[in-house]
Amino acid sequence: MAQSFPEDVLEHVFSFLNHDRDRNAVSLVCKSWYDIERLSRRRIFIGNCYAVSPEIVIRRFPDVRAVELKGKPHFADFNLVPEGWGGYVYPWVVSMAGAYPWLEEIKLKRMVVTDENLELISKSFKNFTVLVLLSCEGFTTDGLAYIAANCRNLRELDLGESEVEDLSGHWLSHFPDNCTSLVSLNISCLGSEVSFSALERLVARCPNLKTLRLNRAVPLEKLPNLLCRAPQLVELGTGAYSAEIQSDIFSNLSEAFLGCKQLKGLSGFWDVVPAYLPAMYSVCSQITSLNLSYATAQNPDLVQFVSQCGNLQRLWVLDYIEDVGLEALAAACKDLQELRVFPSDPYDAEGNVTLTEQGLVAVSEGCPKLQSVLYFCRQMSNAALVAIARNRPNMIRFRLCIIEPRAPDYLTLEPLDAGFGAIVENCKELLRLSMSGLLTDRVFEYIGTHAKKLEMLSIAFAGDSDLGLHHVLSGCESLRKLEIRDCPFGDKALLANATKLETMRSLWMSSCSVSFGACKLLGQKMPRLNVEVINERGPPDSGPEDCPVEKLYVYRTIAGPRVDMPGFVWTMDERVSSRFSRATEGHGD
Amino acid sequence: MRSTMIDFEKTELRLGLPGAGGGGNEGETSRNSSGKRGFSETVDLKLNLNSNSSDGNQVEDMKQKNIIPASADSAKPPTKAQVVGWPPVRSFRKNILAVQKDTTTTDVNKSGGSHMAFVKVSVDGAPYLRKVDLKIYKSYQQLYDALSKMFSSFTIGNCGSQGLKDFMNESKLIDLLNGSDCVPTYEDKDGDWMLVGDVPWEMFVDSCKRIRIMKGSEAIGLAPRTVQRCKNRC
Repeated sequence: MAQSFPEDVLEHVFSFLNHDRDRNAVSLVCKSWYDIERLSRRRIFIGNCYAVSPEIVIRRFPDVRAVELKGKPHFADFNLVPEGWGGYVYPWVVSMAGAYPWLEEIKLKRMVVTDENLELISKSFKNFTVLVLLSCEGFTTDGLAYIAANCRNLRELDLGESEVEDLSGHWLSHFPDNCTSLVSLNISCLGSEVSFSALERLVARCPNLKTLRLNRAVPLEKLPNLLCRAPQLVELGTGAYSAEIQSDIFSNLSEAFLGCKQLKGLSGFWDVVPAYLPAMYSVCSQITSLNLSYATAQNPDLVQFVSQCGNLQRLWVLDYIEDVGLEALAAACKDLQELRVFPSDPYDAEGNVTLTEQGLVAVSEGCPKLQSVLYFCRQMSNAALVAIARNRPNMIRFRLCIIEPRAPDYLTLEPLDAGFGAIVENCKELLRLSMSGLLTDRVFEYIGTHAKKLEMLSIAFAGDSDLGLHHVLSGCESLRKLEIRDCPFGDKALLANATKLETMRSLWMSSCSVSFGACKLLGQKMPRLNVEVINERGPPDSGPEDCPVEKLYVYRTIAGPRVDMPGFVWTMDERVSSRFSRATEGHGD
Repeated sequence: MRSTMIDFEKTELRLGLPGAGGGGNEGETSRNSSGKRGFSETVDLKLNLNSNSSDGNQVEDMKQKNIIPASADSAKPPTKAQVVGWPPVRSFRKNILAVQKDTTTTDVNKSGGSHMAFVKVSVDGAPYLRKVDLKIYKSYQQLYDALSKMFSSFTIGNCGSQGLKDFMNESKLIDLLNGSDCVPTYEDKDGDWMLVGDVPWEMFVDSCKRIRIMKGSEAIGLAPRTVQRCKNRC
């Protein structure tokens, strides 16, 4: 077939395609389109760093400028993945240092990054501009010093909620005096004090600074100094929001906020002293994103402040907001799209705040654009869930955590199957769902039947039998990530739906009933899956074949089994699992 | 497709009504219908680490294995045990809330109100470290029990439960140290390495940053001073 357009015309057309899905589709048309596309792809996103190897990526895409990688499974956030599991960025940085000298952006989530990695990054990429490390670990402030010192055109440094070994705040002073390029700086996870004068000078000489998230050590009294030097800020994360109550501090603060005409997002607020909240009243009506989830302020101060923010689109808050605060929110913030309510006291079974299902129902009634919810509470009812589902068919993300595992509908004492069933039936665009409370196999039947757009599902302490898992795996056509803990799901559903797993990014199952024998079988039969057993108490073959494994992580990959596994992770691939076989076959490898 | 090679007989599902004969936990739902008893079945437990256990309810065992006992004293009604990773609050957030509670609470002791104290535990010879929350335990005994179970798969001589318990017994202490078994040590807030057990439990929890169970020659090397310290202990 004759080529219709010259290559550079096609390349120009492709340059308008930014989404991976579009580019992937284009690359399937024919060989020449595949080649043009791969040579012109500049951004890659790898949702599981073990699904592919750096070599394979580099071979296909030789001129990449931005890389995004994710490492550990999501449940690592909750201490379910033992330390040392993996997710090292090292092999990627080393390969890219050679292959992508023009690399500009690296974004990592849940990966292990060392100071050596950071040093290599800072010295390998001359045009390096963006470093985002979300929930990463393994590095110290010394590593940050390399980035500050060597990345001449650094625009973005975002440390997310990473675990950084904080040796000193001195690293910030490594930004050279001629560094004026910063647009976004997030150091909120750091504990130690940075030199305030260095910070002040840095902020003053970066006219394009739009996002500044300070750490707790930056005192409130000094905040006006920074705000005056950066009135163009769009997002601000305060440091500790507390000081002795002094009128001059208050007036300085108010005046400084008055000057921030572009401010749209606020966060920080550690150790908040409520008396200082009104200092921000002048910006409240501009604010669209508010993160008060570390603010221990209570009502009425809390609700009073939130009610001032009539244009709020996103609110993260502690359960100190209580039902009464959420009712006020529902009345005042008609543009609200995302609500997250975190528990102030997650380990207290009783709780000491009046936050119930009523608050969430009120917000679902009053906020027509509400589409994303994360809600921790201590009681729930089917009636409430049905109401929420009917109010908000536009819901896209719904994550509900009832603190007590297997808690039933507190009014009827029945399982919450009907309530979650209503959610999946009414919210046809639902992409993400996390469930809790007392749930039987029936809820999974509802999910398999209705949740056709669902991409991520999190299940804990739910279900009765393999039928539950089978409903999900056989019914949820769009499922990409499934994470399960403490459910009575075993071998049957897993093996019967083995091919489904190749259409997903990953499956996590811990404290379930999947036997070692089934894991071996899955690994043998599905060569394009990595089937990894995590057993901290010893090799999985030290017991009988029907003994359940502690944790199972299955993911599709074209890179073959991992080579960096720690001692407590066993891979069930064809060659390896034969080593576990009881009959001696004499297979080495 | 390789999937057709899966033995379908093995994977045949019984399509009965949900919850009826589905295997596993039919009893769960009725037991839990009274509401706030969800944790109780998981609290009064014996950590069954023998993976050869083939008694009826393996799922029950699996649930229990995630749980660290709050109290080894079965005479009192058990306090609610913490399930690992539940509720699903990220460590970052947990730590910040804990520290904030300290500073906003009126309690005198700075870390008295804190809900958790995760410290790393290393055992010489074990391939990886663990993390434990010291706030879950109420005594050195409970800590030793939990640690020996955690590291039981690494046979480090008498670092089993009995070995560490012997450590509590002063008359056996000298034998233990001379016999090159285990010495539990910890790094305190000042960065010094101390012998576990000298100070009252609460003080230990407040000051302990990490734990290292030494063994072999290093432990012997520690012996002369620690023996003296043990003799001075009252």
